[in-house]
This record gives sequence, C-alpha cells and structure tokens, in this order.
Amino acid sequence: MNKVQNNRAWWLILPMLLLVAFSAIIPLMTVVNYSVQDVFDANTRFFTGAEWFKEMLNDPELHAAVLRQFAFSLTVLAIEVPLGIGIALLMPKKGWQASAVLILVTMPLLIPWNVVGSIWQIFTRGDIGLMGWSLRELGYGYNITASPVDAWVTIILMDVWHWTPLIALLCYSGLRSIPDAYYQAARIDRASKWAVFRFIQLPKLTNVLVIGVLLRFMHSFMIYAEPFVLTGGGPGSSTTFLSQSLTTMAIGQQDLGPSAAFSLIYFLIILLVSWVFYTAIMNMQKDNKKEGEA
Amino acid sequence: MEWMVWTTPTAIFFSVIAAMLAGMTAWEVTSPSLERKGFLPIATTRGDRLFIGLLSTAYIHLMVVGFTPLSLWLALGISILWMLILMRWG
Repeated sequence: MNKVQNNRAWWLILPMLLLVAFSAIIPLMTVVNYSVQDVFDANTRFFTGAEWFKEMLNDPELHAAVLRQFAFSLTVLAIEVPLGIGIALLMPKKGWQASAVLILVTMPLLIPWNVVGSIWQIFTRGDIGLMGWSLRELGYGYNITASPVDAWVTIILMDVWHWTPLIALLCYSGLRSIPDAYYQAARIDRASKWAVFRFIQLPKLTNVLVIGVLLRFMHSFMIYAEPFVLTGGGPGSSTTFLSQSLTTMAIGQQDLGPSAAFSLIYFLIILLVSWVFYTAIMNMQKDNKKEGEA
Repeated sequence: MEWMVWTTPTAIFFSVIAAMLAGMTAWEVTSPSLERKGFLPIATTRGDRLFIGLLSTAYIHLMVVGFTPLSLWLALGISILWMLILMRWG
C-alpha cells in the first residue's frame, strides 16, 4: 500500500516554534556567546575562548557544589520514593476517608517554594520555632545557622515534607488502576502481603515511579528557593547548591562570562540525565508492549 | 543583533548546527530513517544518533578543556571521528 506523505500540518507548529525561539532558543544562544567572552558593557568585550570553561571545570567550590547537589538529589530520592510508596499503600481506598486523606496528603504540594522555606525557617528557630524550641528543651543544641549537619538534616526533612506527597499521589493513582482480578488470583494462591506487593503492585507501579523519579530528580537538582530562604546556603557554604552558586556568580558578582560557561555545564548535566531517564522510560514501555504481544 | 554579542566562533558553531539540522531534514525527506540496532545498547534512528553524538561531543570538549592541556582542535578531531563512527555503526 502506498501511503501518501503529507506533512503540511507541520506548518501549524510554526507559531509555537517562533515563541520558543524568542523565549528559549535565542537567549540560550546569547548565553553561549557570553561564555566565550569577557563582557564589561555593551561596547567593551574581549574574546577569551574556552578560558571560562577551563576555570569553571577546575573551580574547587563548584566541584563541591556539584557533589553536594548529587548527594542531596540522591538522598531525597532514596527517602521520598520508598516513603511515598508506603504512604500510597496505607491510604484508604474508598469512601469519605479516601477523599479526606487525599486532601491532607496533597496540602504541602500547594504551598509555594519560598513559603515552605519561611515556614521551616520559623519552625526551626530556637526561640520561637516549635521544632527548634522543643529540640533545645530536650537538651540537643540544635542550630541550623551553626551546624552543617543540622542544616542538612533540616533541608532534607523539608524536601521530604514538601515532595513525598507527589510520589504518594502518583503511586496511589497507579495502585488504583490495578484490576481486582490480580488480587483475586493472588488470594486463590494464598499469596502473602509481601508477595502481592513484590509481584503485582510494584511491577504495575514501574511506569508512574519512573515519572516520579524523573520529576523529583529534575526538581531537586534545580532546587533554589527553599534552602535559600531556610539557610541562605550556610553555614559557610555547606548547603549551597548549584543554582545558588550560579545566582551568586551571575547576579551578585555580575561575572557574566564564567556564569554563562557554568550555566552551559549545568545545562549539559541536566540534559544528559533527562535524556537517560527519557530513554529508559521509552524502552521500558517498548519492552512492556512486546511482553503484552507475546 | 549587536546585543547578542556575537563572535565569529559562536556564529560558525550555530551555523554548523543549523546546517546539520537542515541536512538531516533533507536526508529524512529523501530517504526516511529506519530504527535499527548498532553497537549502542538501544535501537536508534539517525536523529537519535545525531543527538547522542552532539551530546557526547560536548562532553568530550569539556573533558579536554577542563582536565587536559591538549588543544581544542584535537577534541574537535576526536569528536568528528566519533560522530562518523556513531552515525555509521551506532
């Protein structure tokens, strides 16, 4: 059969392409231009070649920030994913309780980033904050402005509090879509709760989990407002993550060349990780389809 | 376009990328690409291989600039070679 190829419909995406060019592609090209020059003002600029890239790639502070960023992202993933699955499994399945629990669980997701930061900033203060005050009364010298460990634990707690609901919601919807027949078959086999989880629920959750992990990784990798409000990157630079280093460099010090080079490196890391996740999802779906056909 | 602070090397860089995209489009129209499996662990189309090639090329350049005293032209040479291998056998 000869299929007539008619691709004229592609012209319909032209307006969108123009918008994206205006808002993303052209600014990105400008960043590339900045990254190879030392720009002082509109008329004074010097070509520096790959100098900024060399400097950024060898900057020990940025190395530390990259390591901190990966440590943070992997830690929150390692806590939020199992916790989210657990919460989803415990949530009631029907009736008014289901709606009530859903609303309660979703609440943290509705709060803007810097408000979350402010809530936790007050919550952890030693003099007026509930958590800070209680911990001090219990005899622990809790202080996020002086102890890097306290600051880290608090930021991770805050992120878990803010974003575990997302994983829980995704898993909850994934669990609801498993047909009853699977559970009935498991009951006939007298499968244990663990076996039901391991061989029915977890495999059926794979797709939503991949999306959840991808979203959480991207989000946590670009985290800015929450730690900025809570700790300001301190004590020292122990909670300064990548986007904050970048902002300090670009806005605070007006070092446009180095920060442009750094942005491009940051962009390449995110691009690589997103592509790996995306390819993994696509291949998983392909494999699932093949299994379905077989 | 003065506000974009263009330089000759960046202009050449983007022209080459644009030419690649245009070339790939023309190639796709004259002979549509089939997904196939080469030495990469996943089945890829021509466009996938170009993307993988460009991304790895960026990393090759960063490695050479950041961690070796070697010339960038060497990185470019390696990249072109890698790109050809990837497009043909990837």
